[in-house]
Amino acid sequence: MVSTIETRPKKKTHGLLLALPGIFWLVFFFMLPLIIILALSIMTPSRGGIGGDVPLTLDNYDDAFGGVYFRVIEQSLITALTTTVICLIIGYPLAFFIATQKRPFMKQMGLFLVILPFWTNFLVRTYAMRTILGQQGPINAVLLNLGLIDEPVRMLNTQYAVIAGLVYGFLPFMVLPIYATVEKFNFSLVEAAHDLGANDWHAFRRVILPLTLPGVVAGVLLVFIPSIGAFVTPDLLGGTDGFMLGNLIQRQFRGSGGNWPRGSAISIVMMVLVSASVFIYLRWGERED
Amino acid sequence: MAQQTLTQKTTHPPATFNHSKIQRDLFIRRVGKVGLLINPLVSYFFLWAPIVVLIIFSFNDAGGVTQWRGFTTKWYTNIFNNALTAGSGSASFTTELLLQSVKNSMIVSISATVISTIIGTMLALSLARGRYPGKDYLDTILYLPVVIPEITQGISLLVFFNILFRWLEPVGINLRPGFGTIIIAHVAFNISFVTIVVRARLADMNPRLEEAARDLGANEWQTFWRITFPLIAPGILAGALLAFTLSLDDFVVTFFTTGIGNDTLTIFVYGMLKQRVPPEINAISTIMLLVSTILVGLSLMLQGRSVNQSRIKQ
Repeated sequence: MVSTIETRPKKKTHGLLLALPGIFWLVFFFMLPLIIILALSIMTPSRGGIGGDVPLTLDNYDDAFGGVYFRVIEQSLITALTTTVICLIIGYPLAFFIATQKRPFMKQMGLFLVILPFWTNFLVRTYAMRTILGQQGPINAVLLNLGLIDEPVRMLNTQYAVIAGLVYGFLPFMVLPIYATVEKFNFSLVEAAHDLGANDWHAFRRVILPLTLPGVVAGVLLVFIPSIGAFVTPDLLGGTDGFMLGNLIQRQFRGSGGNWPRGSAISIVMMVLVSASVFIYLRWGERED
Repeated sequence: MAQQTLTQKTTHPPATFNHSKIQRDLFIRRVGKVGLLINPLVSYFFLWAPIVVLIIFSFNDAGGVTQWRGFTTKWYTNIFNNALTAGSGSASFTTELLLQSVKNSMIVSISATVISTIIGTMLALSLARGRYPGKDYLDTILYLPVVIPEITQGISLLVFFNILFRWLEPVGINLRPGFGTIIIAHVAFNISFVTIVVRARLADMNPRLEEAARDLGANEWQTFWRITFPLIAPGILAGALLAFTLSLDDFVVTFFTTGIGNDTLTIFVYGMLKQRVPPEINAISTIMLLVSTILVGLSLMLQGRSVNQSRIKQ
C-alpha cells in the first residue's frame, strides 16, 4: 500500500493547473488593465480625449497636482480622514460594547445589527441618507417642530453630508476588525493592571489599546480606502460642494469633455495614497507575530 | 516608563487613603460606563434610522418622504401588478424598464457567481494544497481586488475593453460592451472573495482525511469528490452567496463596463435617483433590502455551520 509520505506530491508544480484559470482571469482582467492605466497616465491625450498617444509626457501629473484638481485631492483626503476619525470614535466603543457582552445571544445580536445594514445595497442606503438629510426630510421636520430652527437647514450637497454618508456606509468596516481583537482580548490583564494600581483610564490606555491596536489599524485602513475612492456617496449627497476624487475620475472617463490620460494620472495618484496606507498597515498593523 | 511608576507604587505604598484619587477613579469609571451605554444606542440609531424611515415611507400614500398622508400598499401592488402584466403593454414604462433591469441583474449575477465560484474554488484548492514557485506572489495579488478602490477597477476595465475592441475591429471581430464585459468584470473582483472564503474552510479541514482516502487507494479525483468536496461544500456555498450578493449590489464597476440597453438594477436605480424619482422607489428599495437580508442571513448561517461541523470532525 501507498504510504502517507509517498502520497505527498513530489512534482514542483503540483496544483498549478488548478490555479491557471484564476491566474489567467486576475492577470488579464485585473492586473493588465491597471498596467494599461499606468501607461496611459504618461501619454498625450489623443483627439477627443478618448485614448492616449505618443509622445510620452508627465503633463497629466502636472495637471493632477495643479490648481483645481489638487483642491479636489486635498478635499478628498480631508473628507476621508475625517470619516476615518469619526468612525474610530464611534466604532471603537461600539465594538468594545458588543465584544464585552456576557450573553452570547446579545453578542450575536449586537453584531448582526451592525452587519445587516452594511450588507444592504449601498445605493439604497445612500438614497436613504439623502431622504433623511433633505430640506423636507425628517431631521429638518423635527428641528422645525421643536422650534430649534426657523427655516430648513441645507444639509444635502455639502461636504458634511458626504462625511455623514461615508461614516454611515463604512462604520461596520471599523467595528468588525476591532470587535475581533477585543473578543480575543484576555481581560485578566485588566485585573492585573488594576491590582497594580491603574485606574480604568490607565488600564485602557496602557493595556487594552496597545493590544487591540492591530484591529484599530485594520479598521482605519478598511474605512480610509473606500472613503478616498468614494464615488456614489459624493455623487448623490455632495453636489458640487462635496466633490471628490471619484467624481473627478468619473468625469474624465464618462460623458463629454473626458480626458483619459488625465483621469488615469489622477487614478494613479489615488492608488499611491491607498498603497501608502496599506504600507502603513503592513508596517504597524500586524505586530502580533 | 510604565514599569518605573509601577515599581514606585509597590515600594512606597500610600500611607493614607487618597480620597480625591479614589473619587477621580470612580468618576472615570462612571464616565466610561455611561459612555459605553450611550455610544451603542446612538450608533445603532444612526445605522438604522435611515433604513427604518425608508421602509416606513414606502407605505406612504403621498409617495415620497415630505409628508405622511396615510398607510398604503399601492406602491408594492403597482410593482407586482406590473410584473404580472409586463409585456402586455398595460404596464407603465418605468416598471417595465425596472423589471427588465431585474432580469438583466439576474443574468449578470448568476453567470458571474457560477464562473467565479468554480474558478475561485479551484484557486483556493491550489493555494491550500499545491506547491509551485510564485505561490506567494499569487497570494498577494489575490488580495489586490479587495483593497483597490472600485472606481479604479471600473475605469481600468473600461479602458482595457475599449482598447481590446478597437484592436479586434480590423480583424473583423466587432464587439461592444454588454453582458459579457459586465460579467467578466464581476468575476474579476468576485474570484478573490470566493477564494478567501473557501480557503478559510479548507484550512479548517483536517488534512488527514484526504491522506486516509489516498491511503485507501482513492485517486485525486475520487478523493476530491468523495472527501474534500462534501466537507468544504458549505464554504463553497457561502462563497457563492457572497459573490452573488456583491455582484447584485455592485454599481461602480458595472457603471463603467455596461453597454447600451443592458442596465442592471443598480444602474437603473441610479438613473432614477439622478433624474426623476418615481414614487415606487421606496418600495423598490425595501424589496432590495429584504432580498439582500435573506441572502446574507443564509450566507452567515452556512459559514457558522461550517465552523461547527469542523469542530465535530476534529
